[in-house]
Amino acid sequence: MSFFEKPSFIGGGKKKQIPNGLFVKCPGCGELVHNLELQENQHVCPNCEHHFAFGARERLAHLLDPESFVETDTDLRPVDVLGFQGAAAYKERLQKYQQKTGLVDSVVSGLGKLDGREVSIAIMDFEFLGGSMGSVAGEKITRAIERATARQLPVIVISASGGARLYEGMFSLMQMAKTSGALALHSQARLPYISILTNPTTGGVTASFATLGDVILAEPKAMIGFAGPRVIRETTLQDLPPGFQTAEFLESHGLVDIIVSRKKLRETLISLLAYLCCATPQSV
Amino acid sequence: MNTLPLEFEKPIVELERKLEDLKRHLHGQEVNADPEVRRIAERIDKTRQHIYRNLTAWQRVQIARHQARPYSLDYLRLAFRDFIELHGDRLFSDDKAMPGGLATIGEFKCVVIAHQKGREVKENVRRNFGSAHPEGYRKALRLMRMAEKFGLPVVSFIDTPGAYPGVGAEERHVSESIAVNLREMMILKTPTVAVVIGEGGSGGALGIGVSDRVLILENAYYSVISPEGAAAILWKHRQHAAEAAEAMKLGARELQEFGMVDEIIPEPLGGAHHDHEASARALQEAVLKHLRELRAVPADELVAKRYAKFRRFGAFEGGKAI
Repeated sequence: MSFFEKPSFIGGGKKKQIPNGLFVKCPGCGELVHNLELQENQHVCPNCEHHFAFGARERLAHLLDPESFVETDTDLRPVDVLGFQGAAAYKERLQKYQQKTGLVDSVVSGLGKLDGREVSIAIMDFEFLGGSMGSVAGEKITRAIERATARQLPVIVISASGGARLYEGMFSLMQMAKTSGALALHSQARLPYISILTNPTTGGVTASFATLGDVILAEPKAMIGFAGPRVIRETTLQDLPPGFQTAEFLESHGLVDIIVSRKKLRETLISLLAYLCCATPQSV
Repeated sequence: MNTLPLEFEKPIVELERKLEDLKRHLHGQEVNADPEVRRIAERIDKTRQHIYRNLTAWQRVQIARHQARPYSLDYLRLAFRDFIELHGDRLFSDDKAMPGGLATIGEFKCVVIAHQKGREVKENVRRNFGSAHPEGYRKALRLMRMAEKFGLPVVSFIDTPGAYPGVGAEERHVSESIAVNLREMMILKTPTVAVVIGEGGSGGALGIGVSDRVLILENAYYSVISPEGAAAILWKHRQHAAEAAEAMKLGARELQEFGMVDEIIPEPLGGAHHDHEASARALQEAVLKHLRELRAVPADELVAKRYAKFRRFGAFEGGKAI
């Protein structure tokens, strides 16, 4: 029993109620940040640069040339291929997250422009079942890559994922081979692939397309790894080094090329593509 | 070979013990003529058939993990000859959980890469329980490229609980080492055959498994996550591993239905550990069959077909090509 019980507003006086979600406490600096301010700042804390989670559609709106995005493969829908009945049924989970996020699955993909240069792009949304990769996510990313190969375009994938979608069993695992294989063909065509790792990128996503970029970018302090820290601690009974599995750790250990603040991402991509697209016809 | 019985094999063991007792009692007499002996022997046979013909997913997982099950180096000894082990990834170290080298099977000289577990504690520690580090995957890729260069087919043996979840593995980017293998195996210009001989643990298994043909032993499993891992995440407790194994459809037959494995290699009744030689013969026959089929296919066609095969995997609605 605590002496300092949280005051309950539920069913209480209306006048004391703070409108839901007007302010957010920043996990980086502990300051209260106004929601509108956050939205205008691409969900980056104005005080400490903490990068909050960023929905796929909102990210697209900030990243690409205005009005340039054309979404593709919108009719791909997940199915409960294994008839998964566990602690929770997959079908129910899908419905719940489709309602919650307004997304059909964890990836939004399409064609868009960056400073006039056409790119094929796929973005993962962590809000949808932890950004997990099942058949739809894998198929959309594969199609985005194949579309880039066919049209001689660079491909950009922005990852945010807990890894494979367990509800789809081996179908999920095979998406790793599928996406990586599509990148092999894209690479053979000498086209650039830029992979952007955001918080968090782990498991089967890290162990496939996310770490295969010609250039790998990461958002500051993003958690990036193969196995989760808890699993590692339990398996090895070892203390984890400071900053383990952060973007900064991976930059110093040689996996990440550049750590880029969300607000600098657009200009960084434009600069990089200007170098890497030299050999392709669309750069004049 | 010490074949400690698994929990579900206890009824068989009990009957066998009963039979032994009875035989000892009857020593000197016409044992096999005794009606009680015959009755128990029949019951043993029936019980064995009943248990082994109705194995659950979880029971198969236990067989796949059995300490006495033939491991990669056993198959290399029994089904191959002239194995020359080649060490190291030329970058950091030699991963003992992933031996590899040159070996001959039938009329084929090939490159072999394999996960290897250990049987006793000391050997298991040396082999890291079959969990490879990035060095293992990078050595595997080095050897696969050598195979491509010299026109040798690649045979890989998959038997791992998963790639190693450790600090060093993360520091040296085990995920990247697997990802690169997935990409490069897809376009390797030489025939490739993978055999899941025991545990096909997730990305660590797939990291040497993007092959023209994927074969699996009857009781082996291949899964996106271990049943215990799935239980811990989806059921919030590892004790639900048996349910998770069932739900994830990780057995040979299901994988064949999904098109993810091309052939199931039969095991002796009760599992490969009951007869190493017979298991090795079955494996040899299957591997040779597929190598012979692949031998005639031009390299470009192999790669195109390999891509087409993996490209198909996925279950969804809609999605007509635009």
